[in-house]
Amino acid sequence: MIPYYLCFILFLVGLYGIITRRNLVKIAISLSVMEFSVFLLLALTGYREGGVAPIVDPTDPVKVYVDPLPQAMVLTAIVIGLATTAMIMAVIIRIYRKYGTFDIREIKNLRG
Amino acid sequence: MNPLIPLFVIVPLAGAFLIMILGRLIRNLDKYLASLILLFLVSVSFWFLLTTGDKVTVYKAGGWEPVNGIPIAIYMVLDGFNTLVLCIINIIGFVSVFYSITYMSRYTSENYFYALFCLMIAGMNGVVISGDLFNIFVFLEISAISSYALVAFGVEKNELEATFKYQVLGALASFIILLGIGLIYWKAKTLNIADIRMVFSSGYDRAYYLLIQILLLCGFGLKAAIIPFHAWLPDAHSSAPSPISAMLSGVLIKAAGIYVIIRLFFNMFAISQGMSVLITTLGALSMVTGVFLAIGQWDIKRLLAYHSISQMGYVVLSVGIGMMMISKGIRDEIAALAIAGGLFHLINHAAFKGLLFLNAGAIEYTTGTRDLREMGGLAKQMPVTAATSFAASMAISGIPPFNGFFSKLIIIIAAVLAKYYLLAVLAVIVSIITLASFLKFQRYAFFNKSDDQNKRNIKEVPFPMLFSMIVLSIICLLLSILALPGIRETILMPATDILMDPSKYASQITGI
Repeated sequence: MIPYYLCFILFLVGLYGIITRRNLVKIAISLSVMEFSVFLLLALTGYREGGVAPIVDPTDPVKVYVDPLPQAMVLTAIVIGLATTAMIMAVIIRIYRKYGTFDIREIKNLRG
Repeated sequence: MNPLIPLFVIVPLAGAFLIMILGRLIRNLDKYLASLILLFLVSVSFWFLLTTGDKVTVYKAGGWEPVNGIPIAIYMVLDGFNTLVLCIINIIGFVSVFYSITYMSRYTSENYFYALFCLMIAGMNGVVISGDLFNIFVFLEISAISSYALVAFGVEKNELEATFKYQVLGALASFIILLGIGLIYWKAKTLNIADIRMVFSSGYDRAYYLLIQILLLCGFGLKAAIIPFHAWLPDAHSSAPSPISAMLSGVLIKAAGIYVIIRLFFNMFAISQGMSVLITTLGALSMVTGVFLAIGQWDIKRLLAYHSISQMGYVVLSVGIGMMMISKGIRDEIAALAIAGGLFHLINHAAFKGLLFLNAGAIEYTTGTRDLREMGGLAKQMPVTAATSFAASMAISGIPPFNGFFSKLIIIIAAVLAKYYLLAVLAVIVSIITLASFLKFQRYAFFNKSDDQNKRNIKEVPFPMLFSMIVLSIICLLLSILALPGIRETILMPATDILMDPSKYASQITGI
């Protein structure tokens, strides 16, 4: 069970970073940490004790295979995560050009 | 197998691709291609609305048939409920893109705008037709990423700040949703919504089930901006270009948030007393808090954005009342009435909130300001905008004969019949405060005569913007007929039936 708890702790680390960090880039990094903790958990859901890669060998009927579907899902999710990260970094660079700072406390035009 | 279902995703995706490639070579192609695509989707979705009825049709991607009764293909589902949502997505999309033809001409790189717009439509249509949890997540991200870019389209200080907030909270929501989906897959070993229902109906761990429900409610609640999760909505919706505000407030929060919540909590999870109380409470909370936050606003688009939270509260509230009645297992007709009221209000809100944001855009286009205190006396110079925004304001405040009156009436009647008198009274009070807030909008923007000197060269907006606003105000009036008995049965009842009888949804999909 330990790897699952570690994933959850990593998730909380990311959440803590998003809430407490003041630097925009560090918030983006915290988002990535959180994202990858979820990916790890997804990959772990396909794990089987003693499982091998799911290349079916008809001569060996007792072989245990890991579940390939979560792996496919994680691959898709990583691509999406890359797009999200690229987008947020682009926005951060634009914000830096406009405001001249990465500090979230100084970026507060919108209120109320 | 209905081979037309994937068109809702394929056509706008291909359109986005073509606009990016050909848009640089051929002038004005982007505008007309995007409008044509949306017009095509509107006609297809209408055709489905008229022909679907009670049937559930399925498209299996790749043609994979179920193995031993377990669906393995990616399912795209069309039933009475999501054809309605598809219709509103594509109609509001068409109107907004037609409006953009003149509105967006002030911005640079217009072809990016139309490409992102088509991508957002593809994502939303995908969320709505997908019968599979992971694909809901994928399409959700497509629509979310394109909407992040569209909110920041002006690349000024406010837009960037709003889009940053929107992205951080949106990404957080996505991860929570993905976590929930992963946990579901862990126990159920399937991602098909109907199949998950079948698996969980044969027994489950209560605490685990509750954890998944809470995670998915938080995730999609963030996307739908229900009240404890609403922080990003006023910024993002007010900073975006006006046609995008109309899309975000009019459809995105419904397609990516409310629709999925309703679909999952009715058709995937077994309805429990606790969850229905929680959902009703969240709905009542957003209904009341949203309107109180809105009343003090002077920025038109911020005011409208806060009203979106409040009006979505009505939808969640009435759906929650329906869940509560179902979980008690008595008096199904009240549950059906409450759910029908909620869905009706969902459709109506798309029409009038879309129209109001387009009006706000028209005002901003001519006067260059969004502050109500700097406007005044626009009724003479912009008669069409004034008339259509009056219609929309009356519709959102629930004045007959506009559509908002009938849906609010149904919701209030359902609350009274279900004996939740407090909720009924709250709904009436919120409606009155909404009226007050929109009378303020009308008075300050269109009537309150200010000095004429600085208003000399204000003219009515050009034809495409006028056309969009007039079409939407006619839709606002026409939607009232959905409350009539004969029409209600053909349009709203199939949607209510599929939600009321979840085993029917599950058995029809896995049985095909």
